[in-house]
Amino acid sequence: MIQLLAFYLFAVLTCVSGAFVVLSRNPVHSVLWLILAFFNAAGLMVLVGAEFIAMLLVIVYVGAVAVLFLFVVMMLNIDFAELRAGFIKNAPLGALVAVVLFVELLVVVILGQAGPVQLGTPDGTSAPLLGEGNIENIGALLYSRYLYLFELAGIVLLVALIGAVVLTHRTSRAVRAHQNIAKQNARRPQDATELKSPEVGKGVEL
Amino acid sequence: MIGIEHFLIVSSCLFVLGVLGIFLNRKNVLIILMSIELILLAVNLNLVAFSAFLGDLTGQIFAMFVLTVAAAEAAIGLAILVIYFRRRGTIAVDDVNRMKG
Repeated sequence: MIQLLAFYLFAVLTCVSGAFVVLSRNPVHSVLWLILAFFNAAGLMVLVGAEFIAMLLVIVYVGAVAVLFLFVVMMLNIDFAELRAGFIKNAPLGALVAVVLFVELLVVVILGQAGPVQLGTPDGTSAPLLGEGNIENIGALLYSRYLYLFELAGIVLLVALIGAVVLTHRTSRAVRAHQNIAKQNARRPQDATELKSPEVGKGVEL
Repeated sequence: MIGIEHFLIVSSCLFVLGVLGIFLNRKNVLIILMSIELILLAVNLNLVAFSAFLGDLTGQIFAMFVLTVAAAEAAIGLAILVIYFRRRGTIAVDDVNRMKG
């Protein structure tokens, strides 16, 4: 009973906050709704017993991606009213596509099976071991069977990191003057200075 | 009792909302990126739900990889957005035609 209640709470909140991500007028609010959507999706994942992915969702999405979005929204000085100009114009087509897509998905989920969804049978190679938690099971699988894919995921993140730095890096020539060492060494005292002995009462002509 | 259909319906709701967001905010590339994140969240929810109801952990491992790719995509997308804004002073993407694609 409490599980059912929690499911409907999380499901409704996820969908509502997803709708507000799309519809909200201010992108900062959109990011905040996105964070709420991720939290509730994490709750849904906890309900089916996938704690590790749920915590990963909270840490990676809420802690990193959403903050990155928030950072970009607030750093750039963007006129958002101008960007909403085509909102009403695009609404009918978008709503039509959305309704068609949703009905199709519902047909696939409910009517296509005419009953509960028939799940396949797992081959048993990556079944969760009884008596161990979700995190232990995922760790055992990740570091044995999927080790190379895990390393590959690390490389993907490394490439993204380097790519982001390379893209946004700006060499600022204006701030730092370049030092020409050869020119500096070639400068001699007799070229640079001049000895004058002016008479009393007269100035120096430069 | 909650069946897998419930989870599939929630994730199809999220997926459709993401697609709708791309259609509605066609100019604002920030909201488009957020909609893509919503779509990937729906996919992750599907993977995790199937994994849990099937008793097979491969779906959760796969959801982790989707999460990785989504994070990388968000970082690169926002970097491109920042340099685009630096050059053009706006992020309206409906008239991007510099590369004549």
